[in-house]
Amino acid sequence: MKKIEAIIRPHVLDEVQGALHDGGFPGLTVSEVRGYGRQRGHKEIYRGTEYNIEFVPKIKLELVCADSKIETAVDIILKTAKTGQVGDGKIFISDIQDAIRIRTGESGENAL
Amino acid sequence: MENKIIIDTLWVLFTAMLVFFMNLGFAMVESGFARSKNAVNILSKNFIVFAVSSLAFWAIGWGLMFGDGNGFLGLNGIFGLKGADNSPATGDFYTGVYTAISWATVPLLAKFFFQLVFAGTAATIVSGAVAERVKYISFIVFSFVLVGVMYPLTGHWIWGGGWLADIGFWDFAGSTVVHSVGGWAALAGAIILGPRIGKFRNSKIFPIPGHNMTSATLGALVLWLGWFGFNPGSTMAADPESIARICITTNSAAIAGILSSTAVAWIVLGKPDLSMTINGCLAGLVAITAPCAFVSVESSLIIGAIAGAIVVFAVIGFDKIKIDDPVGAISVHLVNGVFGTLALGLFAQDVFSPGTTGNGLFFGGGFKLLTSQLIGIGAVGAFTFAISVVVWMIIKKTIGIRVSENEEIEGLDIGEHGMEAYPDFEKVS
Repeated sequence: MKKIEAIIRPHVLDEVQGALHDGGFPGLTVSEVRGYGRQRGHKEIYRGTEYNIEFVPKIKLELVCADSKIETAVDIILKTAKTGQVGDGKIFISDIQDAIRIRTGESGENAL
Repeated sequence: MENKIIIDTLWVLFTAMLVFFMNLGFAMVESGFARSKNAVNILSKNFIVFAVSSLAFWAIGWGLMFGDGNGFLGLNGIFGLKGADNSPATGDFYTGVYTAISWATVPLLAKFFFQLVFAGTAATIVSGAVAERVKYISFIVFSFVLVGVMYPLTGHWIWGGGWLADIGFWDFAGSTVVHSVGGWAALAGAIILGPRIGKFRNSKIFPIPGHNMTSATLGALVLWLGWFGFNPGSTMAADPESIARICITTNSAAIAGILSSTAVAWIVLGKPDLSMTINGCLAGLVAITAPCAFVSVESSLIIGAIAGAIVVFAVIGFDKIKIDDPVGAISVHLVNGVFGTLALGLFAQDVFSPGTTGNGLFFGGGFKLLTSQLIGIGAVGAFTFAISVVVWMIIKKTIGIRVSENEEIEGLDIGEHGMEAYPDFEKVS
């Protein structure tokens, strides 16, 4: 099992989520996060003084799936979250030791 | 000074202040119905629109609307309230160039302030329909033209002794003069702007929920309060019988609108949608604005109930034909402004304001009044919509009408104003 953590633009979430759902990924967790990579934020003004907003609002999407499906998931995210501009985000993939469904106690891929 | 002049002036100024308070109502409803990334922009628009309106209406609007002239526009005392006027003198004692409004026993500046807050309301209506995508400067320019020229011209036809007044068209407090004029201008803007990004995709409608129903509710109740200035104040005289009855017809239409819009939403949409309840309340208020002085309390309940039902279907209908109106301004102000003006032709009873409207269709007056109302609705609609299209198109070709796609996605707050309404993530330093 692997976990995908993807940092994406807030406005593409609808499309990413729809495509993942249609692609056979039934579960998804998202959170509103702020951060920066190469896209170093933007300027704002408050009462005449300019200041830099370094932490840009993003969505963090977390998805755990079987090893065999990881490529499909990455493809879907690449296709739907890409605008081509700096700030499209990143995808991180890591190994998951185990998963347990709380209601039944099932574990492993059965719990996904 | 006569007591009547003192009391009437107090009444006119007090109710005008209530109408002024509606600026807050619009600001709260519109920003609540929009997304948080556009809140600063909408609040800014609602703030600046009254400044622009005040300047435009003082500079030329008042004179075009109330100056003596022909059936189509005022020609005397146009600029800066500079025409001769000896208000509060009335009747044979009046000498001046603002004859059409010389019946009110209040000083010129009281008349001006009362009419000004109405003109401001018409411009504010536009703000909601074009929200979340219109350029700030373009909205400011349009508002100036609307309040300086367009609103006063149709206003002159009806309240300035113009040709619609002559054919027996009646609009007591402005279902047509204020609300449908604002609504037609808003419709033209919403069509020329096009929908917000993401509203209609693959021929499907995607809801874009408002970010704060608490402030929308606050705003709706503020508007409701303001309407007790809007309608009863339009007597421009503290006439006890009239202002008390108009208070109740106004309130009855609002509550009937609330109940019917809630019921219709519950039945048709499955849930009693709060945003529809709010729109229903405002729909009832807009609809009763024209007939409030001429109908019974029972009739006002019926008018409000119909308005509340109409507004739900109008909101759904405009979505279906892909006209994106984030706050339902067109459904509330245009559709129900038209309906309210028609309702006057149906429900009016001569007994309430003898010698004015006569009886409407339902009370034995035949089609005479209804026909005048239809002519007025058509004329004001055709004129305002056509001129609005021209003005919006000129703005589009010159300074541009819509923010860039990128700015719309990021939000107009940062793009137009460089600030956020809720900068809730801050580094502690």
